[in-house]
Amino acid sequence: MSSLTRDLALWMYERMLLIRFYEKKVKELFAQGKIPGFVHLYVGEEAVAVGVAANLRKDDYITSTHRGHGHCIAKGCDVKLMMAEIMGKRSGLCKGKGGSMHIADFDVGMMGANGIVGGGAPHAVGAALSAKLRRTGQIAVAFFGDGGINQGVVLESLNLATIWKLPVVFVVEDNQYAISMRSLTPTELQPRVAASRGYAERASGFGIPAVTVDGQDVIAVYEVAREAVERARRGEGPTLIHAITYRFYGHFEGDPLVYRSRREEEEWRKRDPIVIYRNKLLEMRLASDDELKNIEDKAKKEIEDAVKFAEESPYPDPEEAFKDVFVEDYY
Amino acid sequence: MSVREISFLEALNEALRQEMERDPTVIVMGEDVGVYGGVFGVTKGLLEKFGFERVIDTPISEAGFIGAAVGAAATGLRPVVELMFVDFFGVSMDQIYNQAAKMRYMFGGKIKVPITIRTTIGGGLSAAAQHSQVLYSIFAHVPGLKVVVPSTPYDAKGLLISSIRDDNPVMFFEHKLLYPIKGPVPEEPYTIPLGKADVKREGSDVTVIGLALTVHQALEAANILAKEGISVEVVDPRTIVPFDKEAILKSVRKTGRVVIVDEDYDRCGFASWVAAIIADEALEYLNAPIKRITTPNVPIPFSPPLEKYILPSTEKIVRVVKALLGKR
Repeated sequence: MSSLTRDLALWMYERMLLIRFYEKKVKELFAQGKIPGFVHLYVGEEAVAVGVAANLRKDDYITSTHRGHGHCIAKGCDVKLMMAEIMGKRSGLCKGKGGSMHIADFDVGMMGANGIVGGGAPHAVGAALSAKLRRTGQIAVAFFGDGGINQGVVLESLNLATIWKLPVVFVVEDNQYAISMRSLTPTELQPRVAASRGYAERASGFGIPAVTVDGQDVIAVYEVAREAVERARRGEGPTLIHAITYRFYGHFEGDPLVYRSRREEEEWRKRDPIVIYRNKLLEMRLASDDELKNIEDKAKKEIEDAVKFAEESPYPDPEEAFKDVFVEDYY
Repeated sequence: MSVREISFLEALNEALRQEMERDPTVIVMGEDVGVYGGVFGVTKGLLEKFGFERVIDTPISEAGFIGAAVGAAATGLRPVVELMFVDFFGVSMDQIYNQAAKMRYMFGGKIKVPITIRTTIGGGLSAAAQHSQVLYSIFAHVPGLKVVVPSTPYDAKGLLISSIRDDNPVMFFEHKLLYPIKGPVPEEPYTIPLGKADVKREGSDVTVIGLALTVHQALEAANILAKEGISVEVVDPRTIVPFDKEAILKSVRKTGRVVIVDEDYDRCGFASWVAAIIADEALEYLNAPIKRITTPNVPIPFSPPLEKYILPSTEKIVRVVKALLGKR
């Protein structure tokens, strides 16, 4: 734990809270009809994005998933611009043209959420290839889920990163459900979407060192990610992190959740990554209760300000629909 | 002094070499592009000159390496990727049409994706249903991809250089039967703007629009028809996206008759789209119905007489033009 400074520890707490408050607010606004489209919330999985991102430089790259708000916030995207984006406003990170599933901010190395499961993984490989050729020392992290790892392009990405020895960290956010499909049915214990939940073993088949970690424990994630990132930075190639976690809400807002029990959900809510981390921070005497409360208040305020900013922002001009297809003004 | 003549394939190779010399961010990726020099030989000699870092042999893993090229393009490189046959696009299409094509738009115009995907098209080699298709219409259908289809060595070099320098994703289609054809090509690098058609032969009775191999078939047909007193204008759009609509309309308004020759499948294809544009914007200039010569909606058959029967040809163009002019 030597490398976890107090500043970094508190930064992680702040980021986790920002994600939590952001997502709760999105849930509320979506229910009020203020957010159009589809939204997929990251609540419950905060420790994964934050524990990994705590090891990254601002210019390092990440690729994300349809459940990307947490990755954005962890990588340092401005929550105001994010909120405006998912409301479809002109001031949004992507001028309101991407929305929740395509939110991106290359200025902080966030290469995009992705509407296609597994679609972003090869981009991380390409960004790492680019960084290696340009000799910048940057690395790339590909986030995908237990659904994504069954996609051919993700497995191809693992292979390419290995044979080209690229600075990539693959992070399997195993929230245990690919939409409604659990890896193992609780009663039959038969594989349903994956022949094995041993994703670390699967990575070994590609010659990639891999580790499974408790995705509810941000310090544990931070520690394994630190090794993976350092290994990538040293030019020793890719690592895979299998983080076991749980999404507290449905696959998308409006999911009737018929495929899992309320009891199971209650069990997992007892392992809330923010509660776990808060207790740890107190226990480790890295912060006082007052200090943590202060961080909580500030994060809450930041999200409230973001909502205000987004709500007050105008929608794009309709003609905007024809712009940015190509670099030139043509479509 | 006359310009030297080189083949279509050599022109492409020269374009790649000159752009790699000019710009260190240009890299070449694909199956067998390095040691082997490309299965058709387009990338021959590049590995020896530019090394393994910039000439990257990939596994047979089109989705993975095209996706990686997209990621590299979005982060500062200018990859030129070889997709060995366009028929293989199926295994990698998500990375082309959902990722490369849409990233700039989805991300509010804040990034560029300067990737060029070179691929081979066309029948005539008895390569059968999975190695003979043309399919450029599918890519032109998707917003965000430029679609380039050269017909001559001169155009091939200038258009490839433009494609590589272009800051957008470009699909670059090379007809396999054109690789050996020779033509004048300047040695120095030059560009041809994307979106500018070329009148390959001037005429007054009928406009024949073609792409890639069908331009040559149209030119042969024009020679044959000239002997019978029919003057054919051959227009080569050269790029489908962007499309030089004005050049097409100008020619059609002049001749009053048009035949569109398109080796792609007939249904919802390039020829139909061009016919619709002409019908919308130049109907009053037409003296005859718009005619299309395309490949019918059947998989490309293996047996030579079957393949020959379904593909566009010089003879078909001659026949259709004559019928259009009421001649036998």
